[in-house]
Amino acid sequence: MYKTANRLTLWNLALGMVALFIGGSMGPLQKLEHVGINLYSSLREIGIASYYQGLTIHGVLNALVWTTFFICGFLTYATVNSLKRELSMPRLNIAAFIVMVVGLVTAAVPLLGNLATVLYTFYPPMRASGFFYVGLTLFVVGSWMVGWGLLFTYRDWRRENKGEKTPFVALASLITMVMWQFATLGVAAEILFILIPFAFGLTDAVDPQVARTFFWFFGHPLVYFWLLPAYLSWYAMLPKQANGKMFSESMARLVFWLFLILSIPVGIHHQYTDPGVPTGWKAMHATLTLLLFVPSMITAFSVVASLEIGGRNNGGTGLLGWIRKLPWKDPSYAAQNLAMILFVFGGIGGLTNASYNLNVTVHNTMWVPGHFHLTVGSAVTLSFMGISYWLFPALVGKPLWSKTLGLWQSWTWFIGMILMSNGLHILGLNFGVPRRSSLGVAEYLQSDWQPLMIEAMIGGIILGVSGLLYYINIIGTAAQKKKLEEPIVMPVAEPYHPEEIAVQPAWLDRWRPWIVTMIALIVISYGPVLFDLISRYNPVAGFKVW
Amino acid sequence: MHIDQTERRYIIFALLLVGAFGIAIAISSSAYSINVVRPESQIDPKLLTTPGATAYDGFAEPPENRLRELSPGRYEAYIIGYATKGWIWEPEELRVPAGSEVTFYVTSADVTHGFIIQNTNVNMMVLPGQVSKLTTTFDTPGTYNFICHEYCGILHHNMYGQLIVE
Repeated sequence: MYKTANRLTLWNLALGMVALFIGGSMGPLQKLEHVGINLYSSLREIGIASYYQGLTIHGVLNALVWTTFFICGFLTYATVNSLKRELSMPRLNIAAFIVMVVGLVTAAVPLLGNLATVLYTFYPPMRASGFFYVGLTLFVVGSWMVGWGLLFTYRDWRRENKGEKTPFVALASLITMVMWQFATLGVAAEILFILIPFAFGLTDAVDPQVARTFFWFFGHPLVYFWLLPAYLSWYAMLPKQANGKMFSESMARLVFWLFLILSIPVGIHHQYTDPGVPTGWKAMHATLTLLLFVPSMITAFSVVASLEIGGRNNGGTGLLGWIRKLPWKDPSYAAQNLAMILFVFGGIGGLTNASYNLNVTVHNTMWVPGHFHLTVGSAVTLSFMGISYWLFPALVGKPLWSKTLGLWQSWTWFIGMILMSNGLHILGLNFGVPRRSSLGVAEYLQSDWQPLMIEAMIGGIILGVSGLLYYINIIGTAAQKKKLEEPIVMPVAEPYHPEEIAVQPAWLDRWRPWIVTMIALIVISYGPVLFDLISRYNPVAGFKVW
Repeated sequence: MHIDQTERRYIIFALLLVGAFGIAIAISSSAYSINVVRPESQIDPKLLTTPGATAYDGFAEPPENRLRELSPGRYEAYIIGYATKGWIWEPEELRVPAGSEVTFYVTSADVTHGFIIQNTNVNMMVLPGQVSKLTTTFDTPGTYNFICHEYCGILHHNMYGQLIVE
């Protein structure tokens, strides 16, 4: 079924997994470095020159490459299987994948050659090799093309199914892809108009404040680009896996529309401590960020209610007894439920970061990596691993090699992440320990940081082991001879109240009002401040400092 | 649109919670003046130390004169971050008596830096071309590290200075 889509999904997943393997393997090295065990000198032979080059690889490959490949694959699969229709323009989607690969290779050469050790935020006036920026551009353009391919498929589905409501899974996938098209305009503007001319010597100066503002225009919705596919799985797929139903289909649709309009006009909450951005705009983005918290709160309620239906269907009783009846023996389920639990803490920490002046207590401290390893590193990555426990077997037509290993992997990730993120959060909050620093050799290292750094290091090692278990299982699945007895179908939960679908208002299936609102909010929240910053464009010279 | 009764109540609770957080933030920033950095005049990083060339003469003083006493117990400190001079803050050491109120003016001569003073509310990005300014009071004697918290190159982890409260 849907041969092109399946094959593309498999290729996207495979490349994402390779990226996570390389990027992820840098993680434990960083935690070891912080406690004084420096393994970087032995890595020089394989081309890793420094802690910071390793950190750049960790950030770029994990946060940008793994996530984007997985999402492009997963959403292609989800859209096609939800619309029950093969891609309209398979060649466009194949070309998209090729463009992404070419982009990745173009960026990887300077990255591995230590010519782009600028971390994944690549703040100018640090000047990386121009090919790093060209590669990233191609990679993003490829991901746009994936979205175009899905949108054309959707357009044709609409023509063929006049008057039918878009199935939820397809709608959520397409909203995510449309949001991505707009979100990436920020980084596209930064790279095309500022960084590429600068890196290739067409201009010799840039305004770092303007560049940062374009970057964070993209940087926050990037977070939702990661998160929404996980939400899609939690809302629509996980309840099915737990024998439950979607508690509130209408609210799920509304939540995705809210994310479409609110994901972008909040980026300045990453810039509360930026000197050049007026405080009024910071406060405005802080307010919108608080609003953006609401759809996540709704998600927490709705998803747990859907799972509760499953737990009770499985014979669970009492106030909390249903929790034990959830399918904890299924690694795909366990991984995603554990990811959700970690995300509760990630969400609370994120609210702290977003709280305007409260941010000064944690900005750019170890708290921040502590936070985003609970979000992108757990809510997203552990969920994606959980999804891959059914999706990868579905694509290769072979059963998951070992359920037990999958459960060990899920739980070790959970435990490792608790230890690591707990250590990092406290280091940042209590001691103001800076992030992104080779702390093991820092002159300002303090002995009272040591116990927490050891805790984080132990967590990091457990995470490394967990990652290895994941890859053993994936390779074992692909390499075995055993075939699936029955093909795996995408799990999609039924609505709990089928009667609600009939009374669902039409605006929950209309694109125009939401897209107009999204653009209006972007113009209002970014138009004047970008105009102001660009009119005061203050270019400064570039440097290579690594 | 169908919304379950419990869910409806929960959403109202979520909205009220978020509203309460918003009010708490507004109060803390106005009543307790816990502030984030706000725009100052822009500056040319090449002319920082040229007297009369920028709106901030403090940067043009020799490092040992970059701490000025404005009136008893009130100080101004002008600090420049350099990756290109070996990842340092200039000046690297400041001394003030306990109870002093210090206003920090911080800028960069080259790449993006970050400026955090441990155990205070001073935390700001430092960008070439911009001046970051925050004020705080040091009541407790001791040594306060000011650490660069944005990656600024291969020896980023060596970039820090000390403020000694006597």
